[in-house]
Amino acid sequence: MIELRDLHKSFGTLEVLRGVSLDVAQGEVVCVIGPSGSGKSTLLRCVNLLEEPTNGTVTVAGAELTDPDVDIDAARRRIGMVFQQFNLFPHLTALDNVAIAQRKVLKRGREEAARTARDNLERVGLADKVDSYPAQLSGGQQQRVAIARSLAMDPAVMLFDEPTSALDPELVGDVLGVMRKLALDGMTMLVVTHEMSFAREVADRVVFMDGGVLVESGPPAQVIGAPREARTRTFLSRILDPARTPAPE
Amino acid sequence: MSRRRRRRIVLGSQYAVFVAVIVVLAATADWGSLHENFANVPVAKGLFPTIITVGLRNTVIYTLSGFTAGLAGGLLIALMRLSSVPPYRWLASAYIEIFRGLPAVLIFIFVGTGVPLAFPGSNIPGGVYGSAALALGLISAAYMAETIRAGIQAVPKGQMEAARSLGMSYGRAMVSIVIPQAFRIVIPPLTNELVLLVKDSSLALFIGISLEQRDLAKFGQDLAGEKANSTPIIMAGLCYLIVTIPLGYLARRLETRQRRAQR
Repeated sequence: MIELRDLHKSFGTLEVLRGVSLDVAQGEVVCVIGPSGSGKSTLLRCVNLLEEPTNGTVTVAGAELTDPDVDIDAARRRIGMVFQQFNLFPHLTALDNVAIAQRKVLKRGREEAARTARDNLERVGLADKVDSYPAQLSGGQQQRVAIARSLAMDPAVMLFDEPTSALDPELVGDVLGVMRKLALDGMTMLVVTHEMSFAREVADRVVFMDGGVLVESGPPAQVIGAPREARTRTFLSRILDPARTPAPE
Repeated sequence: MSRRRRRRIVLGSQYAVFVAVIVVLAATADWGSLHENFANVPVAKGLFPTIITVGLRNTVIYTLSGFTAGLAGGLLIALMRLSSVPPYRWLASAYIEIFRGLPAVLIFIFVGTGVPLAFPGSNIPGGVYGSAALALGLISAAYMAETIRAGIQAVPKGQMEAARSLGMSYGRAMVSIVIPQAFRIVIPPLTNELVLLVKDSSLALFIGISLEQRDLAKFGQDLAGEKANSTPIIMAGLCYLIVTIPLGYLARRLETRQRRAQR
């Protein structure tokens, strides 16, 4: 469903991605883990071309996005994206946040868009918040509205860019719960996350990135449970038990 | 000298000067003549209702039509200023620099006299009202363009990214997502711009206006000449203040409210 081939991305002289290839099959859930600055967010943003790769190809649901002749707006309709900072539209209610792209992009009628919006807000457990504005919602609720907003477009794949990193710890569970349900429903998902328990439990495959390359890839039990690479082990020991990380020299 | 004593002397002398000036003014002023000339009740009464039905009405018409034209032009120039096509950016920057650098009077003279001279026989649609809207619009568009551009840039980048991720084109995302938020940000500064326009609308007299097209300032000037009395000018000034002071107050309130909301 997602095919990334030899992706390179540079910002000025800084090479953030140094040749990444990755496939995600239909219905597969892939979690990308790695230290900050490893390029995992950039990789995700290349999948819907929010960042244009310097080199390499991106193919999603049969459309090659890196082909200059492809209609990028049409291709993006099939790719849901959930951001770390939610990026809800603050001037619209939860319902209108979910409805606006259906109406303006998919040209659905007002009623149909509202119905689909309600269904999707219910799906993420927010049926009672349809008329609330983003500022009236908690971070966890905002992120769930953002998920509903993407789902309403009937995406073929969903991308999640550290969806719980900006949340208070007690709100993380609700968002992960929605994502878990989505995975069980068979959604193709590419998730950048620091939530190791979520990755271990939900992911079909875990990918460890460091320094702009894929270091290790495999089932969660292997990559998180028994990593082969030294870099993966160092990262995991830091993230799983921060208190015992040796002080930097 | 102790600090306390010095302060007493400095403050005391300042009050003394103030009181002395008031006493001298009050003693030398010709109160009868002042009252007769600046606050003449019969003359003031004679101004009604035309000061409202002609003067204030035309001032409001010139201001609002100029504001509308300026808003449309300002939005267009702001978008050009943010364009990825360099010639559009240059054009927008040049426009802003030129029209902010010229005196408003010159623009009015240009629209009122220069354009008819250059294109004899052709008319600016709407006559005097159209010309006034054009002149005020040309001037205010330059100021509003900068305000609107700042407003658009103040909308977080994530908003555009979220909209594009949903499959919206750049233009659609601008219209449905970014510009509505930008306008909320620029409402207070645009209210201030409206206050400036109320005052600049008085330059309409440089277009050459008929009796029925007189705005407050021209009305005050004419009536002062007619009655050989300054009261109409004072009354016209009061009419301006009735509009500008509440508007300015409103702009400051919107500004504080917005600053509070951003926290």
